[in-house]
Amino acid sequence: MALSDNNTNRIDLKLVAEMVQPHTRVLDVGCGDGALLALLAETRDVDARGIELSREGVADCVARGLSVIQGDADTDLADYPDDSFDYVILSQTIQATRNPRLVLEQMLRIGRHAIVSFPNFGHWRMRGQVFFQGRMPVTDALPYSWWDTPNIHFCTIRDFVALCDVVGAKKERAVALDAAGGKVGVNAPWWFWNLFGAQAVFLLKRG
Amino acid sequence: MDRQDKYSVDADEMSDSSPSLADPQKEANEPSSPVARFGPDTPLLMDCGVVLNRWQIAYQTYGELNAAKSNAILVCHALTGDQYVASRNPITGKGGWWTSMIGPGKPIDTDRFFVICANVIGGCTGTTGPASLNPETRKPWGLSFPVVTIRDMVRAQAALVDSLGIETLFCVAGGSMGGMQVLQWAASYPTRVFSALPLATGAKHSAQNIAFHEVGRQAVMADPDWRQGRYLEEGTRPAKGLSVARMGAHITYLSEQALHRKFGRKLQDREAPTFSFDADFQVESYLRHQGLSFVERFDANSYLYVTRAMDYFDLADDHDGVLARAFTGTKTRFCVASFTSDWLFPTADSRAIVHALNAAGASVSFVELESDKGHDAFLLEEPNLFATTRGFIGAAARARGI
Repeated sequence: MALSDNNTNRIDLKLVAEMVQPHTRVLDVGCGDGALLALLAETRDVDARGIELSREGVADCVARGLSVIQGDADTDLADYPDDSFDYVILSQTIQATRNPRLVLEQMLRIGRHAIVSFPNFGHWRMRGQVFFQGRMPVTDALPYSWWDTPNIHFCTIRDFVALCDVVGAKKERAVALDAAGGKVGVNAPWWFWNLFGAQAVFLLKRG
Repeated sequence: MDRQDKYSVDADEMSDSSPSLADPQKEANEPSSPVARFGPDTPLLMDCGVVLNRWQIAYQTYGELNAAKSNAILVCHALTGDQYVASRNPITGKGGWWTSMIGPGKPIDTDRFFVICANVIGGCTGTTGPASLNPETRKPWGLSFPVVTIRDMVRAQAALVDSLGIETLFCVAGGSMGGMQVLQWAASYPTRVFSALPLATGAKHSAQNIAFHEVGRQAVMADPDWRQGRYLEEGTRPAKGLSVARMGAHITYLSEQALHRKFGRKLQDREAPTFSFDADFQVESYLRHQGLSFVERFDANSYLYVTRAMDYFDLADDHDGVLARAFTGTKTRFCVASFTSDWLFPTADSRAIVHALNAAGASVSFVELESDKGHDAFLLEEPNLFATTRGFIGAAARARGI
């Protein structure tokens, strides 16, 4: 995960976990130190697998008894057969992939459902930093300067919705969280989410 | 590739230099360890087409088998290893070759698990091989022994596991050639392997590795004392050839960084080069020592056979060239690990295994561990390997209910 380990992040994990039906097969792409996998294994009794780029993250996961391989979301999803998982999760990772569209397509191919959570670059604080300071945004949730960030493909909620349409993904559920971790008005229009959602979680399936 | 020959001087000094060392030739037939003997009712059907009607397999066990017989871990040894994985080798007097990994409270915990380690078929510490007596001729088999494959080794181990009354192994673990056996076990007997730990290995032997092995075999065969493989009968010993083979092979088990760190260009007990071909450099002296100590414990023909077994190994080739088919439908839990500085079985080899396991939908963990110790890292003090093994074995034990 290319995000800081703050409280909002944990709420985001719980929200993702709630979208997963118990006793299913789950692949967490970019699983970091395995926090979400451990949460899923404990609370949802799933067959939890992970892929993580960093050697340290994988070593931590395996030492915790999690089934995790060292790999790259951009290249290694191609090895998995169609429908090998019930859920493929990309938690706070899509902005760090080289080819987000390809990754999303692969997720929808190998999983019956895909769950994607990501920071919303359209949030008013982001817009404010660009607009008023003329600087690339640096926030608690996204603490990196532009020159050392692993996050290379930022998008807004509306951008992501557009990508879903391009790859033909069907949106089964979508939730936006504000900076404090509270849910942004469920029936609010997309523009409202795009302004006040600090991050978003989408449950998708093949269209 | 085995702890006896690792370059730690401490290990050499710890060795038992008492005169009670066992005779290798006696150990090849009547080992100090337990041995399971099989007759014509349990023949060994070998890949080359030969049926061995009388054969034996020497092994060691550690810990207690539980009542459900569900806690057995089979450890497969590497090229020149033996059954003494966690106890004194009677030929060398040295301790077990994987005591950092196996023992009470260790990552493979003998307080919890029943650990079995057997000498491979074709080996020379008590399992039938070229140094054993052919029961029909009462002479050493020598080169008349059938060529052995990794699958033959695994078949022989399966017969041993049968004879111990164990249906399913909780885990099969091993590095290098041992890792090849782990993969073969998982492919040949998927329902008998609950979890598998192949380390620093590959699903096939690379052209480069075959090439190194061929150099070693040619060194043995070029020694006039090899006598076309009949040295045991003729009372000679191809010590020079086998020693050179070992020296060459040993380099492949290390890394440039490890050699540099340990020896650099340091001279051996002298201030200046001698302008001769004496062992001026420490690294030369070290390699000569490795070669000499190896020939004291290992049979030259056996070296030809076990290297050949690795060369022939290509698991995908047995499954129409598709490695994933070797693992179709497997329920075995795998943990694959490689080391950054291992150039004999580089990480790409492990990744190929992992890709195939993913394609087969298998449960697999994979980690590339940071180490500058080269291929031998799997046998040495590597805290990350221990943490990985502990985590994997612990999680598998919970899943198995032990």
